[in-house]
Amino acid sequence: MTGFFQNTVGLPYGWAWFVATIVGILVIALPLMLAVAMIIYADRKIWAAMALRRGPNVVGPFGLLQSFADGLKVFLQETIIPSAANRALFLLAPIITFTVALIVWAVIPFQAGVVLADINVGLLYILAASSLGVYGIILSGWSSNSKYPFYSALRAAAQMVSYEVAIGFVLITVVLWAGSFNLSHIVLAQQNLFGVHLNGFGFNPLLFPMAVVFLISSMAETQRAPFDLTEAESELVAGYQTEYSSMSFALFWLGEYANVILMCVLNATLFWGGWLPPVDWAPLYWVPGIIWLFGKMLFFFFVFSWVKATVPRYRYDQLMRLGWKVFLPLSLLWVFLVSGVLMLDRVGTSGAPLQPVAMTATPAGRS
Amino acid sequence: MIQAIAFYLFAAVVIVSAVMTIASRNPVHSVMWLILAFFNAAGLMVLVGAEFIAMLLVIVYVGAVAVLFLFVVMMLDIDFAEMRAGVARYFGIGLALAVALAAEVMVAVGAWSAGQIDLSRRAAPIDPAVPNIAAIGQLLYTRYLFIFEAAGLVLLVAMIGAIVLTHRERGGTRYQNISRQNARRPQDAVRNVDQPVGQGVQL
Repeated sequence: MTGFFQNTVGLPYGWAWFVATIVGILVIALPLMLAVAMIIYADRKIWAAMALRRGPNVVGPFGLLQSFADGLKVFLQETIIPSAANRALFLLAPIITFTVALIVWAVIPFQAGVVLADINVGLLYILAASSLGVYGIILSGWSSNSKYPFYSALRAAAQMVSYEVAIGFVLITVVLWAGSFNLSHIVLAQQNLFGVHLNGFGFNPLLFPMAVVFLISSMAETQRAPFDLTEAESELVAGYQTEYSSMSFALFWLGEYANVILMCVLNATLFWGGWLPPVDWAPLYWVPGIIWLFGKMLFFFFVFSWVKATVPRYRYDQLMRLGWKVFLPLSLLWVFLVSGVLMLDRVGTSGAPLQPVAMTATPAGRS
Repeated sequence: MIQAIAFYLFAAVVIVSAVMTIASRNPVHSVMWLILAFFNAAGLMVLVGAEFIAMLLVIVYVGAVAVLFLFVVMMLDIDFAEMRAGVARYFGIGLALAVALAAEVMVAVGAWSAGQIDLSRRAAPIDPAVPNIAAIGQLLYTRYLFIFEAAGLVLLVAMIGAIVLTHRERGGTRYQNISRQNARRPQDAVRNVDQPVGQGVQL
C-alpha cells in the first residue's frame, strides 16, 4: 500500500508510509469493532442455546441488531463520575483497556503478506501489549475509590500476571519449533508438518498439550468464565467496572471482547496454522486465507462460549493453583522437552558445531 | 523527517514524565508517569533499531516491575504532612546525590565530545541483515556464555533469598489435596443403612 501512495499519489516515501499505515489501521480497526458487535451477539446466542433459551431475538431479524441497540443505549446514558473517584485515572482506565486491545492487532497476519507491521519481534510485541492490559483494570479498580472494584483489580492483576508466566513458556515452545518470533514465519513453519500434509503445530503430538494449556490460559488471561473471578457477580457486584457507566463502560466492554477475539486468533495462528487450511491439499488453497483464519477464530470463540455456558467458576485458590502449580511446571518441562527433541533432530548427537540458523526467509511481501 | 519527529516526541515525553514522576503529589500518579517514561524509552530504542531490547523493556519493566510498584503504592496509606517533615532531614543527602549526578553528566559529556571509543562495535560487530534477537542470542550463548550463566545464577539466588526471607509458616492452615478429592468415589463416602427405630447411628 505504501507503493500506491508513493507512485500513484506522489508522496515522498516517509509520508507515503505514514498515510498507508493510518489507512491500514483503519482497515483493521473498523471491521474489528463490527466483529466485536457481532461476536457479542453470537456469544449471547450460543449461551442461550445451551441454556435452552432463545437469546436476543427482538431487535432486527433474529435479533442481529441487538448489540447496536445496546451500544446506542450506553452511548445515550449519562457518564457518572463518583465524587470520591480520582477523576483523571478513572477516565484514563477504560481508554487504556480499549487501546491496548486494539494495538495488538498490528502484528496479526491475516493472510500471506497481509499484516500491518511485519516485525521480527511480533510475538514479543504481543506479550508486551497484553501485559499492558492489566493497567486498565488495576487503575479502574483503584481510581473508583470503592471496595469491590479494588478487590476485583487486585484479583485481576494477580491472575493476569500469573497466567502470563505460563503463556510465556508456551510461546517459547512454539518459537523454538518455528525458529522465529515473526508471526508470519511461525504460520509458514506450520505448513506440511513432518511431511504428513497437516498444517498446524497442534497436530504435532509433542506440541498438542501446549495448545491445550494455551487455550485454557487464554481464557484466564481474558478473564472469561470459568476464570471470571474479577467480575464474579455474587462476590464483587460487577468487579472493576462497578462504578462505570455510559461510554466509559462501553470501552471496557469492547476492549474485553476485542481481547477475546484476539486470543481466538492467536490460538489459531500459533497452533492451528493461521491462514493456512488445516490440510495441506492444493484445492483447499483456493479458499482465501483470511476465510480459514476467520473460520478457526469462530471455532475457538464457540469453544470459549461453550466453556462459559457449561463450566462453573473456579475458586480463587484453585485458579492460582492451576496457574502456578500445574501450568507453570508443565510448560517449563515442555520447554526442556521441545528443545531436547529439536537438538537431537536438527543438530544430532555428534556434538557438531551448530550452524547459525538461516533467518533469510522473508514472507511474500508487505501489504 | 518522521524519524526526527518521532525522536523528539519520545525524548520530550521521557523527560517530562521523568520530571512529573518526582513532582507529582499522588504516588499512584508518580508510578503512572514512570510507566509513561519507560514506554517512551522503549520507543527511543525502537528508533535506534534495538527492537528486542525495547520489547523486553516493556515486558519486564512495564508489565511486571511497575505492576508490583503500583500494587505496593496503592496499598500504602501515605501521610503527606509526615513526608514533608522529612525533607529538611534528607536535604543534605539529596543535595550530595544531585551534585554527584551532575558531575557524572559533565564527565560523560566531556568524554563524549573528546571523541567516540566505539567499544561495542570493536567487541562484536553486528551484521545489519541479522535480526536483533539472533544477533544477541549468538553473542550471549557463545562469547558471553559464562557471564550470562553467572547472571542467571545471581538472579536465581536472589529469588530464592527473597522467598526464604519472606516465607512465613502459618500454623493451623488446612490445605486442599486436589488429587485426593478427585480420587474420592461415592462408594467410599456414602453408606446406605437400614436404620431401626430407637437406636443411634453407628458412624
